[in-house]
Amino acid sequence: MTREIAVVAFAQTDTLRTTEEQSEVEMLMPVLHDVLQQTGLKTADIGFTCSGSSDYLAGRAFSFTMALDGVGAWPPISESHVEMDGAWALYEAWTKLLTGDADTALVYAYGKSSPGSVRDVLTRQLDPYYVAPLWPDSVALAALQAQALIDAGHTDEPELAAVASRSRADALSNSRAQLSGSVPHGDYVVRPLHRGDCAPIGDGAAAVVLAAGERARELCERPAWIRGIDHRIEAHSLGVRDLTDAPSARLAAEKAGAFEHPVDTAELHAPFTSQEVVLRKALRLDDSVRVNPSGGALAANPIMAAGLIRIGEAAARIHRGESDRALAHATSGPCLQQNLVAVLEGDPR
Amino acid sequence: MSKEPVAVVGIGQTKHVAARRDVSIAGLVREAAGRALEDAELTWADIDAVVIGKAPDFFEGVMMPELYLADALGAVGKPMLRVHTAGSVGGSTALVAANLVAARVHGTVLTLAFEKQSESNAMWGLSLPIPFQQPLLAGAGGFFAPHVRAYMRRTGAPDTVGALVAYKDRRNALKNPYAHLHEHDITLEKVQASPMLWDPIRYSETCPSSDGACAMVLTDRRGAARSPRPPAWMHGGAMRSEPTLFAGKDFVSPQAGKDCAADVYRQAGITDPRREIDAVEMYVPFSWYEPMWLENLGFAEEGEGWKLTESGVTELDGDLPVNMSGGVLSTNPIGASGMIRFAEAALQVRGQAGEHQVDGARRALGHAYGGGSQFFSMWLVSAEPPTT
Repeated sequence: MTREIAVVAFAQTDTLRTTEEQSEVEMLMPVLHDVLQQTGLKTADIGFTCSGSSDYLAGRAFSFTMALDGVGAWPPISESHVEMDGAWALYEAWTKLLTGDADTALVYAYGKSSPGSVRDVLTRQLDPYYVAPLWPDSVALAALQAQALIDAGHTDEPELAAVASRSRADALSNSRAQLSGSVPHGDYVVRPLHRGDCAPIGDGAAAVVLAAGERARELCERPAWIRGIDHRIEAHSLGVRDLTDAPSARLAAEKAGAFEHPVDTAELHAPFTSQEVVLRKALRLDDSVRVNPSGGALAANPIMAAGLIRIGEAAARIHRGESDRALAHATSGPCLQQNLVAVLEGDPR
Repeated sequence: MSKEPVAVVGIGQTKHVAARRDVSIAGLVREAAGRALEDAELTWADIDAVVIGKAPDFFEGVMMPELYLADALGAVGKPMLRVHTAGSVGGSTALVAANLVAARVHGTVLTLAFEKQSESNAMWGLSLPIPFQQPLLAGAGGFFAPHVRAYMRRTGAPDTVGALVAYKDRRNALKNPYAHLHEHDITLEKVQASPMLWDPIRYSETCPSSDGACAMVLTDRRGAARSPRPPAWMHGGAMRSEPTLFAGKDFVSPQAGKDCAADVYRQAGITDPRREIDAVEMYVPFSWYEPMWLENLGFAEEGEGWKLTESGVTELDGDLPVNMSGGVLSTNPIGASGMIRFAEAALQVRGQAGEHQVDGARRALGHAYGGGSQFFSMWLVSAEPPTT
C-alpha cells in the first residue's frame, strides 16, 4: 500500500503544573480549534477522529466520552479512542487513512496529572499480582534503570545533569514548555536521579491533523510525510529486561525505516535524563542529530499527550523548514516498555 | 487501490461465569487467545500484532493492563494496541485489528477483548459522582430505563415485550456452552415475576456481570487460503459516535446508530437488511433494546420493532434470528461483549455455532454500542469472500 500520509497541522496547550479551573474539555477545545483553523477544516470535513487518554489520570470511568463534546460530534462522526498516549491514536488514524476509508484525520490527546499523585497512580500500571501491591513508583523504577546505566559505564551523573540543562535551555524557544532556562538540578529524588533528571508533572493537551496525498498538499505548504511508523512492546517484568537497552525502540525504528537514511532531528519521549541516554543508543543517534529542540519531555510532560507532542514538534519543524527528515518517538509503561517511532520527511526544497 | 479483504479464521472464548477465581487476568485472556489460535491452527509465532480492548480500567483496578498482558498474549517484540470506546469497545477493537489487515500493515492479527468483572463492582464503578454532570444513578440500568419508557410511550408497545426478549435469549443461551447464564428452569412466568429493578426493567431482563474473554484471528487472503476451517469474510465495518447529551438527542434511536448501520450496509451492498441478513448478534443489555435496535438498524420501520419480537421473528427458528448465542442478556463481560457479538456473527456464517447455529446463515451482522447510547460499532460478515 503506497498511500502517502502527512501531519499537516499541530497544536498544543501550555503545559501547566495545575489546571484546577479547567475541565478536560475546556483544556482541549482551544487546541482542537487551533488545528482546524490552521487547515481551514471544520469538524464535519474530518474523515476520522481518534484520541488517546487515561481514565486513571482522570479518576473516572469513560472519561473520554466528555472530551467528545469538545470535538462537536454532531452530526455523528467516525471516531475511536485508545487508552494509550495520543501517538498510538495517531497510529490508528494512520492505518485508517491507509485503507482509503478517510482522507483526513483529527488526532488528539490530553492528560491532567495534577489532581492526583502521578508517581503513585502509575504504579497501578504494574503487574497487579506481584508488583503493584509493592507500589514501586515511577521515579524509583527509572532510578533502577539509571543506576543500571551508570553501573554499565554508559553514563554518569554529570552527563545526566548536562542532558537536563541542555533540554531546559532549548525549551527557552518553546513558549508552551513548563520548565525552561536555568533550572536548579536539585536534590536526589531517588538516587541517582536528582529533581532535575525528572520530567515536571503537568497538565496539557495536543492535537494533530493528518491528511493523505494531494489533500495534504492542499492543507499545508510543506506537509510532514510519515515515511514510516511502527511500535513494539517488551516484556513487562523488569527482571527479564536489560534496562540499559530499548530493543523495542530499535525494532520499531528499523521497521519505520529510520536507519535507511540519517535523520537531522529527533524528538524523543524521555521523561528522565537517563532514558535519553538509552534511546540515543537504541536509535543510533549521534551528535550530528538535533535531539529534542523543543526541550522534550524534560521541559513538558503531560502524560498521555507527551508522545503525540513529540510527533507534532517534529512535524512542526518540517512545516517550518527547520528539518528535512526527523524521527519522533513515544513511550509507554515502566522503563520504556513500549515504544513508537515515526519517521517524518518534508518535500525537497 | 483496493483494501485487502479481511477474513476471520480463528475464534476463541472462555466459558463466561460470574467469577473466574481460578485464573489471573493473564490466565483468562490467554485461554481465549489460545482457543482462537487452536481454531485457526496457528501458533503465537504466526501473529504479527495484537489489538486488545476492554472497558474502563477501574473494572479490574489495573491501569492500561495491556502493558502487563504483553507476555501472556505473546506480544513481546510485536505491536500491541489498546482500544477503549466504552461498551462498544469489543466491536471497535475488532475493527481496529481488521484495519491493520485491510491496510496491509500486517498479514495476521490477534484481537482480543476481556473483562474480569469479579475484580470489582461494575454498577458502582459506573456511578462515581462527577461534578456538573448528570449522575448515572446506580449503574447503566438507571440511565437506560427512562429511554425504554420513552420507546414504549412513543410506539405504544405492550409492556409484555421485554419479558419475551429475555425469555428467548435465556433459552438460546442453553444452546451455547460458553454462555454465562444457563437457566434450565426458565419460564416466561419467572421472567415476568422477577423483581422490578429499574422500572420497566426487571431483574431477569438485565444482563449479568461476567468474567470472560473473546479472541479472534483476522487475516488476509493468503492467510484465509491456508485456513483449516471455512473463514468468515468481512464485507463492511464502521464506527460512529455522537455526544452523550445534547438538545435534540434521540436516546431511543440515536442518529449515530442509524449512520453506522447505513455505512456498513453501503460497504456490503445491502439494500434490504431484513431480507438480505440471515442472523443478527446485537448488543441488548436490557431486554427492550432488541425492539429498539431492530428499528435503529433498519430491520423494522420506526415503531414496528416490537412487533417482530412479539410475533417470534427474532426467535432462533424465526425469520430473522437475533442473539442466537443468548446475547448480552445471558453473558456480559462488558469489554468483551461487543467482540462476542462480532465473533458469534462470524461463527454463524462459518457454520460453527453448534446447537445455536442458524441453518444456512450466509450473512450476519455483529453490533455493539456503548456510553450513553453514543458509540456504535458494527460489522457484516459473510460466508463468501468480497467480490471487489
